[in-house]
Amino acid sequence: MTTLATAEVAESKAVHGFWTRSVKGGLTYIALGLIAIWFGTRVESGANAVFKIFWTGEDIEVKLPAAATVFALAGICVIVGALLVSPLGAGMFTGGTAIALTAFTLAFVCFSIAKPGVFLPVTATMQGALFLALPLILGALCGVLCERSGVINVAIEGQFLVGAFTGALIGTLTASAWAGLIAGALAGCLIGLFLAVLAIRYLVDQVVLGVVLNLLALGLTGFLYERIMQQAAEQYNSPPRLGDWTVPLLSDIPVIGPALFDQNIFTYMAVALVAIVYVALFHTPFGLRTRAVGEHPAAADSVGVRVNWVRFRNVLMGGLIAGVGGAFFTIGSAIAFNKNMTVGKGFIALAVLIVGRWNPIGALLGALLFGFTDQLQIFLSSMPGGSPIPSQFLSMLPYIVTIFAVAGLVGKVRAPAADGVPYVKS
Amino acid sequence: MTKPPVEPPGEGDAPDTTGNAVPEPEGAAAASPEPAASSPDAGPVTERAEVRAEKEALQEVAGTGTAPQPDQTVAVEAPPVERERPWAVRFLRYLVTANSVMVTIYSLILAMVIGGVLIVVSDEEIRGMYTYFFSRPGDALSASWTAISDAYSALFQGAIVDFTQLELAFQGQVDWTKLLRPISDTLTNAAPLIFTGLAVALAFRSGLFNIGAQGQAIAGAIGAAVVGFGLDLPLGIHVIATLLGGALAGAIWGAIPGVLKARTGAHEVITSIMLNYIAAYGLLWVISTAFVHSTERTDAISKSVDNTSWLPSLFLNANLRANWGILVAIAAAGVIGWLLSRSTLGFRMRTVGANPDAARTAGMSVASTYATAMACAGALAGLGGATIMLSSTSHALTPAVVGNIGFDGITVALLGRARPVGVVMAGLLFGAMQAGGVRMQSVADIPVDMVTVLQALIVIFIAAPALVKAIFRLRPSRGAGLDLTMAKGW
Amino acid sequence: MNVLYGLLTPDSGQILIDDVPRTFGSPRDALRAGIGMVHQHFMLVPVFTVAENIMLGREKKTGLAFLDRRAARREVRELSERYGLDVDPDAVVEDIPVGVQQRVEIIKALTSDCDLLILDEPTAVLTPGEIEDLLEVMRTLRDDGKSIVFITHKLKEVKAIADKITVVRRGTIVGSADPSAPQDELAAMMVGREVSLTVAKDVAQPGEPVLSIENLTVTDERGQHAVDGLDLELRAGEILGIAGVQGNGQTELAEAIMALRPAVTGTIRVNGVDISNSRTSKVIESGVGYIPEDRSADGLVKPFSIAENLVLNQYNRAPFGGTLTINPEVIARTADERVEEYDVRTLSSRAPVSSLSGGNQQKVIVAREMSRKLNLLVAAQPTRGVDVGSIEFIHKRIVAERDTGTGVLLISSELDEVLALSDRIAVMYRGKILATVGPDTPREKIGRLMAGVSDDSPTADNTASKEPGA
Repeated sequence: MTTLATAEVAESKAVHGFWTRSVKGGLTYIALGLIAIWFGTRVESGANAVFKIFWTGEDIEVKLPAAATVFALAGICVIVGALLVSPLGAGMFTGGTAIALTAFTLAFVCFSIAKPGVFLPVTATMQGALFLALPLILGALCGVLCERSGVINVAIEGQFLVGAFTGALIGTLTASAWAGLIAGALAGCLIGLFLAVLAIRYLVDQVVLGVVLNLLALGLTGFLYERIMQQAAEQYNSPPRLGDWTVPLLSDIPVIGPALFDQNIFTYMAVALVAIVYVALFHTPFGLRTRAVGEHPAAADSVGVRVNWVRFRNVLMGGLIAGVGGAFFTIGSAIAFNKNMTVGKGFIALAVLIVGRWNPIGALLGALLFGFTDQLQIFLSSMPGGSPIPSQFLSMLPYIVTIFAVAGLVGKVRAPAADGVPYVKS
Repeated sequence: MTKPPVEPPGEGDAPDTTGNAVPEPEGAAAASPEPAASSPDAGPVTERAEVRAEKEALQEVAGTGTAPQPDQTVAVEAPPVERERPWAVRFLRYLVTANSVMVTIYSLILAMVIGGVLIVVSDEEIRGMYTYFFSRPGDALSASWTAISDAYSALFQGAIVDFTQLELAFQGQVDWTKLLRPISDTLTNAAPLIFTGLAVALAFRSGLFNIGAQGQAIAGAIGAAVVGFGLDLPLGIHVIATLLGGALAGAIWGAIPGVLKARTGAHEVITSIMLNYIAAYGLLWVISTAFVHSTERTDAISKSVDNTSWLPSLFLNANLRANWGILVAIAAAGVIGWLLSRSTLGFRMRTVGANPDAARTAGMSVASTYATAMACAGALAGLGGATIMLSSTSHALTPAVVGNIGFDGITVALLGRARPVGVVMAGLLFGAMQAGGVRMQSVADIPVDMVTVLQALIVIFIAAPALVKAIFRLRPSRGAGLDLTMAKGW
Repeated sequence: MNVLYGLLTPDSGQILIDDVPRTFGSPRDALRAGIGMVHQHFMLVPVFTVAENIMLGREKKTGLAFLDRRAARREVRELSERYGLDVDPDAVVEDIPVGVQQRVEIIKALTSDCDLLILDEPTAVLTPGEIEDLLEVMRTLRDDGKSIVFITHKLKEVKAIADKITVVRRGTIVGSADPSAPQDELAAMMVGREVSLTVAKDVAQPGEPVLSIENLTVTDERGQHAVDGLDLELRAGEILGIAGVQGNGQTELAEAIMALRPAVTGTIRVNGVDISNSRTSKVIESGVGYIPEDRSADGLVKPFSIAENLVLNQYNRAPFGGTLTINPEVIARTADERVEEYDVRTLSSRAPVSSLSGGNQQKVIVAREMSRKLNLLVAAQPTRGVDVGSIEFIHKRIVAERDTGTGVLLISSELDEVLALSDRIAVMYRGKILATVGPDTPREKIGRLMAGVSDDSPTADNTASKEPGA
């Protein structure tokens, strides 16, 4: 009885009786479906939900009868929910959840844009979602590297901030976005170094440490911003932009082409890093050792793996990636640094990491999900006629999704067994 | 590999008469055969008076009174028996020992030094002087000294006492308002920090890391404001109702991560961070609603609370901001101190915090303790939000009404080592630094962010006592460690 | 042995491998010197496959720096066949039985081309059948030219397999012997002096049943039935010993009685009241005392004082406290009395319990549980890791508790302890009570039962004790 993790036994009928996770989730989705039906009843009769897709040369308009679509999607939601509650639903929790939540989201979108003169620019939305997801991808990758080796990194936010600051400063001074990028990465790595030394060498509680490092980064960048940048923004804080790269041929594919293959260089870097980290983690000796150290450091030690060295190295590499993610905030679109400009994206990256189950691919998908919600909220709140519900509630959406995710409603998540536990030879 | 591990027999060392006041941390199980007999009663008790402030010393002190028949298998470290030393020697030895008081002081010094370096490095003019450092080192050094001392002097004068005003006072031109202003500002800033610090500390003691004090404070501010302008109550009762409104709203917000952890195992750090953002957006929405939004102004500000719900002024002077918030905060610290040491609930919280498995085995409900602890923590943070809202000049909700008190509360709790008295002192210190920071910005042109840097640095050093010990080459001591390793894993 | 394997560094002395002095700063050095080790606590990553565990630390790469999983699989299969180990390279370690996990450990050691294999207490977690298999594997390895250091405290195994025996006690070699030496001689060397674990006690006066368990099923962490349809009856004023190899559901049984673990099926009655799946606090309130198996994890709060630990489950009951407040003065005063009464060797009851030795920590738990009126005492491994003096004390206390009319359920993997204390002995095997026998049943018979071999009618209660010794 060493574990108190109640999520582990979420599906056990013996423990929960009727109220297993599937049943709870299913009832939730039925409720969501009913809400969606209510959406449907509120749609003006005859209104259309219009989606515009950018096709080479011209926009293609897709018109759907709003009410019917909403009802159909609501129906899907209810049916999935009912299936989960029924005895058939035991093995389909994750898939069912994905379908139900997607259906509900689409129903909500159709309902929101079912107004004359309003359309959803699909291509632009996807592009915006990817753009917003970028730092999240990089931050979550940093988390993957750290936590897979057993070091909790709550300081991603701080790494973003110093990355953004240093990227802007060095980028401006050298007039080179690439120099800024490298400097940003190194700055993120520096925070990683503090984290590694204090957590591994001095055994400071890692969550506490991460929070305090964030505070340090916030104070430090704020201080230096006022002392150095604000005096002469021209001289110190007008970073250049790291350019776009349009992939020949691929960018001509409709819908996804412009969204995916006509992008900022950061995008390609992020996607490449996801692939690299994934392969490294699951198909190389490096990854095998990393995961062993994160799961059972004593076992790794017993076969000659230097546990703390592996952790040190991973935290530093993670720092580099998070620093790149930070630099994106400034030199990604030539935006001047500003105090606390990352506004908690580092914490969202942490959530993405958990929702993505400590897996690079999962992190990519999770980040896209968060990027999409964020973009949708921006679109809906700036939509002509305004959003049907207050924009603040839309802004809360990613955070609420995260809470549901960690509460085990979106599938079981299991952290590396030795995550956050310092390794001291007995 | 001996199968039934047999206890090592005590080594029966002769009493240490060399005057080593500090036993080794992992000292061998040296047990003097009869500690009570080999030293006069006054011995260990008076000698270790200073250290006795630390609970860890209790065992030695008590050793004189209740020693049972001593036996060679006693594994307790015996009290160091030593001859009476001049207090100066003992005091000096105390200074170079890594006990928690000295680690705190050295951490402060280290943070100030690093802060000083930052001030110099970020000053373009002084940076220029360092380019010709080797031809005229005096320029660079004196300029550096001036910059640093100006900054810290402004910090002090803004927080404790303004030297100019003090001088005027000595000349007989006493203006109490101006003389007390720094202290008044310090106390005003300290009150909400003590509340959020207690919120984090109480959760710490229950084995939870409450990162969500920020959101709970926002909820508290909203709750207090709604009661403050929404209800029409007589003077006195209205203040209490307003504070209770804040506490209740904070408690509800705080209970969410507690309940989620208890029921689903969701880690409170993640859920409470998310709730911080949800609260922040919730505040924006609340302010925008017709019921709450100010009828006179168009920007994002709520109606002002009725002046019956204002906290009474502490110095009975309208020019001084300090109000009864600080008294309520200190009283709250007292209540938490009582709760932890003398209440059933507090005992349960501490047990769950120190060893949840043992708590469960002893029949305690870990889940409900988590939920209760988080609700209590939320109530405290909510009071912090209420206090800061009631101390603001507009007495109303604005998007940034609670500032950063939630995250500052974490540093306060860490510096105060999660103990009520420590939290009050840490809250006063950080409150003072924030009050002084404003003056530092206006007088010495050092951005207030410096205060955040100092705060973070101090806490980093506090959290890594081994680092401080290594830097200053301190002697080892028991009890210097910050026992905050409860947030293991997700 | 951890020194030899490089996990710890020696304080003095030297290690000679093939007559060359070597120092091992890390396991890496030991592996290089041809030493492999199978640890008592398995050093396997639970979420990895067998092949991944084998690869770790000495990964082979394909051309592009990727892991060569195929080579690892092949290697596992080869060794598995060669030594008759029967291990599937693609199985995930946490899903396979303990015995197989151990074989993985052996393969892991073999893959590093070791000449010397250290097995540290490998049989502690195995069933007798698995032990037999292991010994067979060891013979094969020996015949293949490997040297094996086999550390165990079970004499029978040593006699069955060893070519040379060295007895180590408290870090020094006390002698060596030939496998043909009589068991008693070896035993005497091991313990130093003739210890008789007999406890003076009168014949039990069993009263009404205090604990009756029917058809109890309990699952472990992995969802498997650790307790599987178990029936049990314990009367007031008797000690029922549960004998069995560790890991046969004893832990889960105790935790189910204490409502720390849900009972999937069945009932647990204490004095006739069904307490299965009620709350732990209710169980404690109904007069059930519990000495948990792992005192550090479940029994004590290390940073708390002895006094606080003494009231861990009574802090909210008179005279220690009420619904709202606790009474530190009474707690402290009572603690001083208990420390005296239970002979807890400490300078003060206000000292943190972590400052005590293992035996004295255990006495704190014993004092806490026995200083209130009990109907039932569940004592799980009450003397594990405890010094001889404390063992004696705790045993006396348990018997005294029985004599006041408490029913005692003694769960112990030390057969000697069970034999010395019990009035009746129930042998537990794979989650079931295989047989209940009298206290004077020969060890060999109980040993066979622990191995799951019941050679006569298993439910015999009194008949078993009359059976002539083997």
